[in-house]
Amino acid sequence: MADTTKKQKLVVIGNGMVGHHFLEQLVENKGTSRFEVTVYCAESRPAYDRVHLSEYFSGRTADDLAMGHIEQYRSWGFELRLNDRVVAIDRDAQTVTTESGAVGLYDQLILATGSYPFVPPIPGHQHELCFVYRTLEDLDAIRAAASTAKSGVVIGGGLLGLEAANALRALGLEAHVVEFAPGLMSAQLDEGGSNLLRKKIETLGVTVHTSTATELIAEADGRLRMQFKGGAELCTDMIVFSAGIRPQDQLAKSSGLQVGERGGIIIDNSCRTTDPNIFAIGECALYEGRIFGLVAPGYSMARTAVAQLTGAEVFFTGADMSTKLKLLGVQVGSIGDAHGRSEGSAAITFVDEQGGIYKRMITDANGKKLLGAVLVGDTGDYDTLLQYHLNDLDLPEHPEQLILPSNDGAASPLGASALPAAATVCSCYNVSKGRIIEVVQNGCHTLAEVKDVTKASTGCGGCAALLKNIVDDELAALGMEVNNHLCAHFPFNRQELFHIIQVEEIKTFSDLLQKHGSGQGCEVCKPTAASIFASLWNEHILEQSHVGLQDTNDTFMANMQKNGSYSVVPRIPGGEITPEKLIVIGDVAKRYDLYTKITGGQRIDLFGARLEQLPEIWRELIDAGFETGHAYGKSLRTVKSCVGSTWCRFGVQDSVAMALHVENRYKGLRSPHKIKMAVSGCTRECAEAQSKDVGIIATEKGWNLFVGGNGGMRPRHADLFATDLDDETLIRYIDRFLMFYVRTADKLQRTSVWLESLEGGLDYLRDVIVDDKLSICTELETQMERVVDSYQCEWKSAINDPEKLKRFRQFVNSSESDDKIIFVKERGQPRPATVEEIVETAESA
Amino acid sequence: MYQAACHQNPVNPVAITHPQWLPICRRTDLVSNSGVCALWGDTSSSETGYSGKPVDKKGIALFFLPGQNRQLYAVDNWDPIAQAGVISRGIIAELDGELTIASPLYKHHFRLIDGVCMEDNNIQLDTYPLAFNGNTVYIGCSKIE
Repeated sequence: MADTTKKQKLVVIGNGMVGHHFLEQLVENKGTSRFEVTVYCAESRPAYDRVHLSEYFSGRTADDLAMGHIEQYRSWGFELRLNDRVVAIDRDAQTVTTESGAVGLYDQLILATGSYPFVPPIPGHQHELCFVYRTLEDLDAIRAAASTAKSGVVIGGGLLGLEAANALRALGLEAHVVEFAPGLMSAQLDEGGSNLLRKKIETLGVTVHTSTATELIAEADGRLRMQFKGGAELCTDMIVFSAGIRPQDQLAKSSGLQVGERGGIIIDNSCRTTDPNIFAIGECALYEGRIFGLVAPGYSMARTAVAQLTGAEVFFTGADMSTKLKLLGVQVGSIGDAHGRSEGSAAITFVDEQGGIYKRMITDANGKKLLGAVLVGDTGDYDTLLQYHLNDLDLPEHPEQLILPSNDGAASPLGASALPAAATVCSCYNVSKGRIIEVVQNGCHTLAEVKDVTKASTGCGGCAALLKNIVDDELAALGMEVNNHLCAHFPFNRQELFHIIQVEEIKTFSDLLQKHGSGQGCEVCKPTAASIFASLWNEHILEQSHVGLQDTNDTFMANMQKNGSYSVVPRIPGGEITPEKLIVIGDVAKRYDLYTKITGGQRIDLFGARLEQLPEIWRELIDAGFETGHAYGKSLRTVKSCVGSTWCRFGVQDSVAMALHVENRYKGLRSPHKIKMAVSGCTRECAEAQSKDVGIIATEKGWNLFVGGNGGMRPRHADLFATDLDDETLIRYIDRFLMFYVRTADKLQRTSVWLESLEGGLDYLRDVIVDDKLSICTELETQMERVVDSYQCEWKSAINDPEKLKRFRQFVNSSESDDKIIFVKERGQPRPATVEEIVETAESA
Repeated sequence: MYQAACHQNPVNPVAITHPQWLPICRRTDLVSNSGVCALWGDTSSSETGYSGKPVDKKGIALFFLPGQNRQLYAVDNWDPIAQAGVISRGIIAELDGELTIASPLYKHHFRLIDGVCMEDNNIQLDTYPLAFNGNTVYIGCSKIE
């Protein structure tokens, strides 16, 4: 038992991310046995994740962002005083005094007071429609003001300013960024990178004003009028200041600690201030004339302070300020000396104007060491470059290859094996490669275990790919197989399983499991097997033996939404629909009070249907001639089209007729992932076919076929596969392409990724599909023919089968509906009630 | 028919004592190797359950695994993570040798035998005993009251 009377009193002022990390580290290093800890926090809640603050606008709650918990602190034996700002430090008496008048003694004091947003003293900056972007309360205020605003301006074009602009955009405002300097993110980017970033951000609809100084903010007709130097003006509904941060050093200053000329509490390499009993860590601290406004250096200071207090020899020696992030969807990376200011440095630049990519690396005079780099539009090379920089590795003979797109299609990342054991892999938690190898050797054989033990990759997550690489390498070195098995129940990948099912003509999961698997199956192998059965045998997905295998969307042939209700998408082939059918959709939506929205694939999505309503809704739709749209399945979704030569003066082929033909042919095909297609009637490409799995574009002589395109999270431009095809050849190639994909792709692998991972790439694909190199084309076509011939509208079959309809009951023993599904009206349509709204309703009831 | 299970006279009076076994649905309502949802509790607010205390309505997910050592499981239908009543519509999944239900919204696994969330041990669904009596499915409801 530690003798409490001998414990030193440790006071921590500030409970932000760095203050919290200090406490965590203190506990980890057994500091609780030496210190009695009191934490003062001016905010009303304990530490939360400010790095991901913007996600508060995209659905994460204050609870999700919380890092410190009152209960946890209590269990550590710490006293946490929220809402009690320390207003004075008496260094002689070694006491702190708070706003509420409380006085606390200290033996050792930690200042983790952080920073505050700098608001330039522009006349009018105190207006109630001017905000800063720092705390959850700030974000609440911004959200409230945005609800009635149309446009918003961010003053400051740095990292945080662009985040704020994105937030305004996400809140539905027309967003402007006003920057005093000539370029965006001038601290991290050089001119070329900054220009490209600007171009990209502008295409997203954010207006950028650089070299612009605001001189006055005045109220005019309930809005704000900004007056710029030179006479220009801009009217807006709200302003967010994000012009940098300033260290919160007032308390230190007034207690006589030395601060920098431009602010910041001066510390030495032990993180001590000019008073040896007082430490400063994080954004309030000034080390060698620099403030470190990132979380990783702050954590590093916290670890140093803990080490000093617990008797370990650890020093803070500055920090790497390299950073990689995504701003308004644009990838941006900055490493070391991004501006090439080092003496004698040389630069290598790669610019792809069409692709919107800018990469520049700064080397020393001999081209041997990497001093810095700027990446905009593609940060795929960031990890590799950073490792060269941090570990002072010798660059390869042709260093430009590190940033040039490689010919073989695969990036050539610095292999994990090339890194020295001392290399820092995770800079957030300071985890070295050596430490990772150590835990793998000590028995952590999965990525999850390694992350759990080392915390690597659990901060910003930027090192995830490298971490996986190192773990896989080490596992291989230990002689353990890195497997690509579907899951624990089948020692095969999807392609192998497909082959087994086909050759042995296996038709049920229990049969498959018994012959080739183990255990009882899971949510990975069951739907995969169901999809393969459907691709091969095309039986109804609600057949008794398949029921338990399907994801809920397949089971109920609708798309489950967040509150447990479903959305319904009838097929509208080619996006062509008669007024009569349009009226039926409207009627149905009205009768069942469904939220309606036009989809990106030229269809109409009806949201908010309750489970038990699905059969009635479909009965009405089917009576009017609709079929299921398979929006719930890993299967063909839509074939988008333009109006084509029938109407359009530019059209050269009838794109609508082709889209109808293609959609009706492949509807119902079950595949490893969803499939989207489009047909354009001329080279203007209004149907955006080059972003689809299968894209068809009319030419004077026939059709050009594109494959492997994708939109969404990982956009990929489709590859031109064949040109000027006649109708028949076009269909034949698509048959073969789709069936080859269905047979050989991995689970949940879109055609884009499949094509990229296909050995031999596009040329090989042509060999197989055009030249029939594998002699399988007849088989592929026959297989497709069978699927086409056995098509049935799943909903039509279901509503005529009482057994299948039994599943569509909310409760098997009652005709009541789920009273937990609550809708409220917004813009004249229903939407799911939020948790807060549900609580309110319950309280007022 | 089976709307307010607590109001039914139990078929077997011996079983009333502890736990209270009460009918919840028919055998044919269950779906093999998958789940269905049954409504438990008082459907009119003025009435009370067996113990004399009011009983809240709640959905209970019932799973039927024919041919297994234990073939019936009942857990709360409410997924506290997704905040929606969807557990019965998940996929039965074996995870590290344990039978679980993978919730359809965010794919958390809940162990069928005791409702513990495999990804977060602090979260647990209530579970109930379930048994066949002829063509009727009975639930042990002491925990519900």
